[in-house]
Amino acid sequence: MLLSALVGTADPPQLLPAREQMAFTLGFHIILVPFGVAFTFMMLVCHYRALRRDDQHALLLAQRWSKVAAVLFAVGAVSGTVLTFELGLLWPGLMGKYGPAFGFPFAIEGLFFFLEAIFMAIYIYGWKRLPPWPHFFTGLVVTLASVGGTASVIAANSWMNQPTGVTVSNGHVVGVTPSKVFFNGAFWWEMVHMLLAAYIVAGFMVAGVYAWGLFKGRRDPYHRLGFLVPFTVAAIAMPLQFLVGDTIARQVYDREPSKFSAIELVPTTSNHVPETLGGIFVDAKVRYGIRLPDVASILAGFTPSTTIKGFDAIPVAVRPADAVVSIVHLSFDVMVATASLLLLLSLWFGWLWWRRREVPTNRWFLCSSAVAGLVALVSLESGWVVTEVGRQPWTVVGLLQTKDAVATQGNLWPLFATVLAIYLCVAVGALFVLRTMRRRWSEEGTDAVAVPYGPWPTPAMDERAVGADGV
Amino acid sequence: MSTLIAAVLFIGVIAYALFGGADYGAGFWDLTAGGPARGSHTRELIDLSLSPVWEANHTWLIFCLVTIWTGFPQAFTAITTTLYIPLGLAALGIVARGAAFAFRHALTQSRGEQISGVAFACSSVLTPFVFGTIAGGIASGRVPLAGHGDALSSWVNPTSALGGVLAVTVCAYLAAVFLTGQAQRRRDTSLERAFRYRAFGSGTVAGLVAFVGVFVLHADSPRLFHQLSTAGAPLLVVSGLCGLAALLLLRRGRPAVVRTLAAVAIATVVAGWGVAQYPYLLGTHLTIRQAAAPAASLWVLFAVSCVAAVLIAPSLLLLYRLQLRRKLG
Repeated sequence: MLLSALVGTADPPQLLPAREQMAFTLGFHIILVPFGVAFTFMMLVCHYRALRRDDQHALLLAQRWSKVAAVLFAVGAVSGTVLTFELGLLWPGLMGKYGPAFGFPFAIEGLFFFLEAIFMAIYIYGWKRLPPWPHFFTGLVVTLASVGGTASVIAANSWMNQPTGVTVSNGHVVGVTPSKVFFNGAFWWEMVHMLLAAYIVAGFMVAGVYAWGLFKGRRDPYHRLGFLVPFTVAAIAMPLQFLVGDTIARQVYDREPSKFSAIELVPTTSNHVPETLGGIFVDAKVRYGIRLPDVASILAGFTPSTTIKGFDAIPVAVRPADAVVSIVHLSFDVMVATASLLLLLSLWFGWLWWRRREVPTNRWFLCSSAVAGLVALVSLESGWVVTEVGRQPWTVVGLLQTKDAVATQGNLWPLFATVLAIYLCVAVGALFVLRTMRRRWSEEGTDAVAVPYGPWPTPAMDERAVGADGV
Repeated sequence: MSTLIAAVLFIGVIAYALFGGADYGAGFWDLTAGGPARGSHTRELIDLSLSPVWEANHTWLIFCLVTIWTGFPQAFTAITTTLYIPLGLAALGIVARGAAFAFRHALTQSRGEQISGVAFACSSVLTPFVFGTIAGGIASGRVPLAGHGDALSSWVNPTSALGGVLAVTVCAYLAAVFLTGQAQRRRDTSLERAFRYRAFGSGTVAGLVAFVGVFVLHADSPRLFHQLSTAGAPLLVVSGLCGLAALLLLRRGRPAVVRTLAAVAIATVVAGWGVAQYPYLLGTHLTIRQAAAPAASLWVLFAVSCVAAVLIAPSLLLLYRLQLRRKLG
């Protein structure tokens, strides 16, 4: 029912499978992004500590994390390649018309990705083979290139939200100003937002694994460090993310009023707009939910008299369906709620650390930290839904509607079904592989596990016997 | 400018044919290596040679895709709306292959290794075949200007079949030559001999396929045949000579020389296709010039390519050098 509500009767038949497939594959890929972007940074933090202080625990962590990163990077690389194909297969209307503008940030991204792939291989290969510091710097290239890659992809995405730098005549792009396309109005904040999100998700997810170990009583230095490094990174990023998110919301209020009206669930243009927590849109009216008087207006313009454009300000022809508005609004609420929980957890950690100066052993804290990664993932996915669904019915705001971008050839359902099946196998496989790696590390030692880029296991190699009890 | 970008695009295609091709070919030999016990020796060599470079080798594909959609968007959508079936298959093949390869490494000595190994090897054969059919469909002018060409006959046709079979055999040949060198470097004489035979076999088959291909093209794609036999002829002659020389030198020549000869043989064939197409991008209905994006986008692509030449080329060299050095130590 929800699905049929999302697609109007006048929409082309391929719109539903195309959107669902794109949403699914992007939603899958975005889980892997934090590991390529931020996990490698945490690995380098440990690596740096190992080199500076000759810390064997940190070294072991860095080595094991690099292997996990390699597996996830490989899966991310192939799922990213699929997205490249999908842009052509599912959205020929977008690529054919706006390829000259929307396309080139991906060329820049390709450059960064190339660097990342090469140096990832060198880094993984380099353990025990390259001199320590040069080896460390090859890892640094991976992390820096991943920032560049993120910026490029976000440039393309933010351009869809606030397209600038193109001259269109007769439905064709006749002129492109690359700098204005890349550095469009939404670029900088969206980029920082995504980057921080990557650090938060990767940080909480990795820390969660060690929090669970600490919870189960493995309070050795290895687990403490494995928890401390990623958790600190995420806890520092969390308050920053709130500032950035708040700024972005006001920018959306300014420049993307229809998205903002969906986020805040505003039926008619007015001031003294309440902040609705929960609630949905039915027949263009707000139903259910808790209303906090004036709060939306205050958040948007710092005074209760701030006017917010409502649903009625959107021309009828391009009004999103009720269900779309509800999804955007609820996703936004989920994002803010989960992020608030994570902020509280970060503050809790700050408090405990300030008091004792050591890794907290409070069982409730460790339990919460163990699931924080999943909460962060929910936050990431819902934030992404807000951006993408909130733009509907547009693919490129004001220039191209999604129904005109979608493919008309063939039947996309079989492709979608196959993609679902294969991705399911890949996801199960990835989880199984990570479990196997963990088990082998605890039973046989670090060198028992080979990774896509690295050397094969050589039993003769010396095992540095610390933290051999897993992960 | 548009011709320059088209040339850059073709350099990407050639690089993908060489590096990606050798990668796929290794998967072909993995598939045909025999049961788990018999094939383990061969598979180990394949994995050792592939592991550090397999990711980088496939980035060329991304490079080609982004260049064509930014530089020649109209041609890109004409291709994707016509050849969507093989393109979809290729995308799925790439996922299955990459994921299975990554998993296989982490799952050594278990059932998971075999399952992912089979997925890796099968998709390594399927994917280049499909890419070959796509190349055949484009080269024989079966992609109409407005796209939405026949979903089946655009890639199920004699030229596409030729392209697919040629792609698989050429990949196998390339990989066998590379792997002969790798085995030699590891002083593994039995594997070296095995791969030399494989290189001989696949090289001969590729030569035969190319020979039969002459007649296929003559009947199925007269324009391509004409262009190949005139403008593209010098390149094809070079290709044939290099391919032959590589086979003859396989036993005694230095691995680097043999490898280079084999690579030149493949590169010139692909370049021959490019020369034969010129100045058209699709059939005889869309020239490179007509298909080109606004100048600013082309300049960005050119700048990206220059930066790539400065940054990526030395990094790749470093990677390949490190890979070779490891085999020595």
